[in-house]
Amino acid sequence: MESCNCIEPQWPADELLMKYQYISDFFIALAYFSIPLELIYFVKKSAVFPYRWVLVQFGAFIVLCGATHLINLWTFNMHSRTVAIVMTTAKVLTAAVSCATALMLVHITPDLLSVKTRELFLKNKAAQLDREMGLIRTQEETGRHVRMLTHEIRSTLDRHTILKTTLVELGRTLALEECALWMPTQTGLELQLSYTLHQQNPVGYTVPIQLPVISQVFTSNHAVKISPNCHVARLRPLAGKYMPGEVVAVRVPLLHLLNFQINDWPELSTKRYALMVLMLPSDSARQWHVHELELVEVVADQVAVALSHAAILEESMRARDLLVVQNIALDRARREAETAIHARNDFLAVMNHEMRTPMHAIVALSSLLQETELTLEQRLMVETILKSSNLLATLINDVLDLSRLEDGSLQLQLGTFNLHALFKEVLNLIKPIASVKKLRIALNLAPDLPEYAVGDEKRLMQTLLNIVGNAVKFTKEGNISITAFVAKSESLRDYRAPEFFPVPSDNHFYLRVQVKDTGSGIKPQDIPKLFTKFAQNQSIATRNFNGSGLGLAICKRFVNLMEGHIWIESEGLGKGSTAIFIVKLGIPESSNESKLSFMPKISGPQANFTGLKVLVMDDNGVSRSVTKGLLVHLGCDVMTVGSSEDCLRVLSHEHKVVFMDVGMPGIDGYEVAVLIHQKFTRRHERPLIVALTGNTDKVTKENCMRVGMDGVILKPVSLEKMRSVLLGLLEHRVFFEAV
Amino acid sequence: METVPQLQRKLGILDDQFTQLQELQDENNPDFVVEVVTLFFQDTERLLNELARTLDQQTIDFNRLDAHVHQLKGSSSSVGAQRVQTVCVLFRNYSEERNIEECLKCLQQLKQEFYFVKNKLETLFKLEKQILEAGGTIPVQ
Repeated sequence: MESCNCIEPQWPADELLMKYQYISDFFIALAYFSIPLELIYFVKKSAVFPYRWVLVQFGAFIVLCGATHLINLWTFNMHSRTVAIVMTTAKVLTAAVSCATALMLVHITPDLLSVKTRELFLKNKAAQLDREMGLIRTQEETGRHVRMLTHEIRSTLDRHTILKTTLVELGRTLALEECALWMPTQTGLELQLSYTLHQQNPVGYTVPIQLPVISQVFTSNHAVKISPNCHVARLRPLAGKYMPGEVVAVRVPLLHLLNFQINDWPELSTKRYALMVLMLPSDSARQWHVHELELVEVVADQVAVALSHAAILEESMRARDLLVVQNIALDRARREAETAIHARNDFLAVMNHEMRTPMHAIVALSSLLQETELTLEQRLMVETILKSSNLLATLINDVLDLSRLEDGSLQLQLGTFNLHALFKEVLNLIKPIASVKKLRIALNLAPDLPEYAVGDEKRLMQTLLNIVGNAVKFTKEGNISITAFVAKSESLRDYRAPEFFPVPSDNHFYLRVQVKDTGSGIKPQDIPKLFTKFAQNQSIATRNFNGSGLGLAICKRFVNLMEGHIWIESEGLGKGSTAIFIVKLGIPESSNESKLSFMPKISGPQANFTGLKVLVMDDNGVSRSVTKGLLVHLGCDVMTVGSSEDCLRVLSHEHKVVFMDVGMPGIDGYEVAVLIHQKFTRRHERPLIVALTGNTDKVTKENCMRVGMDGVILKPVSLEKMRSVLLGLLEHRVFFEAV
Repeated sequence: METVPQLQRKLGILDDQFTQLQELQDENNPDFVVEVVTLFFQDTERLLNELARTLDQQTIDFNRLDAHVHQLKGSSSSVGAQRVQTVCVLFRNYSEERNIEECLKCLQQLKQEFYFVKNKLETLFKLEKQILEAGGTIPVQ
């Protein structure tokens, strides 16, 4: 053999087989070379390919395989050793790369597979979300429809507009063929077709409410599909050839004001419902979708609310109109009442004057007539005239007083007064009459009763006089006792006066006065009438009956004004009666001006003043003797003078007090005072100078104080006042009466 | 014949001052009231004459008029002749106003009131005297 480096093929060159192998190898190589090219091309095109180096590896593997097969083409014939070496190298490389690739694929393939699964999962998810999106969109659509409908419905408060709008909008939104509303009638036994969408004037078509289909709808708060053939749904003549559209009915609750209790919500049983029927267009093969049903339910509820608002509005408008009318009427009534009161007041004011003037004339002239020469008959007549006119005068006064009392225009005139003296005065006034009737009167003043009190003296006296007068009037024989004491809180409350709540305080006290008589008594059932005006007690036979029936009513008013209470107790006819009243009086404060509160109560004779030398200066003879009488009665040694010269001449240091009248025209009392001051320079020698004046103004008082007078008192001077003046003077060397 | 309380209350002729006078009367001074009242009568009659004369003049001296009326007012209030006193007050007002016609009317009224009260009181005193002479006692007012 020749030593050529040629490699002999393994097999003999079979021509045909060889040829096929040759061609196959060629194509394999071609394919193997083009695959990577294609891969590279497509990968370059795609954006995402995470495994590039895999590609490289794979490419290399394929290329090498292709190279191997390509080189194989040369090995079919005699080939040189280099070809064999190249072939071998190629094969070796190929083997290496393919092993590497194989190994690598083990890693990569699971990854690639998982990518695929994730892709599938995501696709599913996307489909699901799509579905949900569709749902949400539908719901949102529904919501929008509802809002729009509600807005339309609620933009009006008129009942009819609400209902009509509902039907119209529903029809539009849901593209209905017909929409109808059945309202319950007054009796509640039938449903009447009230509103429809397309028929303008619904005939008063009614169906009984007891139909099963209606009950079915009413018992559920959902929209219920009903048969198109039932009574409520047969509204239009069947237009289409095919099936009529599906019909749905829903209940609309009708709420009334009465249904709303404060504590609980309306009961189901008392609810009234209206029926709303909705029909889809016939021949449309449309079906009611769930969201449409929901829409209908929501709308039905909204309609109920809107209707109730409208009803409430109607009610309140009606109530307001009623109130306006009432207001006008009340205003008119008030004006009329005011006019009446004004008229009455004017009338009273006029009558006050007009009535008194002739009364005065009658009284004065009758009394003058009495003085003239009269026959006995004439005298009797004149006396009767006088008595009657006096009665009338009293009546006029009482009536005017009472109307002023009722008006509330009467006000108490408060002042400090001597309580004990008041009682004594009443006693003095009543004693003559009582002694004529041979009645004994006893006055008991409690020891703790204050001597001075603050209140309306005149009216208290009037009240007391009235009560005591009544006691005397209605007692034929026996005695009358007047008791007065300070009421303590336990005795203040009386079961007969439940509304009387006396509140004791520091500067007030409650005076309780009881007037008991042994007279004719009063029947218990007549007692309430006693204090009513003009109600006279006819059953009492009276001889000296001299009243108009107003006296007690006025007393009651006065007592009430004084924050008190008055009542009468009697055990019956012939058993006497007791009149009791409690009034609130103030306790006078002590002040520098009025020394009244410093006065101790003097009941006995005036031992302090015996022999007290005083001088009285007054140019009026009558006043002079009266003042002298007062002082003499008090035990003083009195000298009187009629002029200032006499006064200065006579006055000596023996005189302790000088009383001078400063109202004297022509003689200046003030000058005399100044002169006295000059005459007696030493204080303890100088007599105290007291001015007597009828002027109640401050100027007089100031003038007196300016010239150095030690006291001012107002005329007329009562015995008590003079006594207290002297006491004050002697104790404090000064006495200024409160002006 | 009315009692003093009636004169006081019903007719308003006398006021509390009269009661005061009565209180001043006691054993030491048994005729106090009569004395004072008599004095009053004399004084007033004199004053009324004066007033009549003053008003009769051609030119009326209102100051003098006022002085007299003031006097009368004082006396009547001391005695408790309420009505007389009231008329005096009116008289003084008209005198200040220089209203001659009204002054004359007031004078008339004064006379009326004065004679009225005088009459009443004189009767009262007469009766009391009769009672005392008959041996009775006058009930203490």
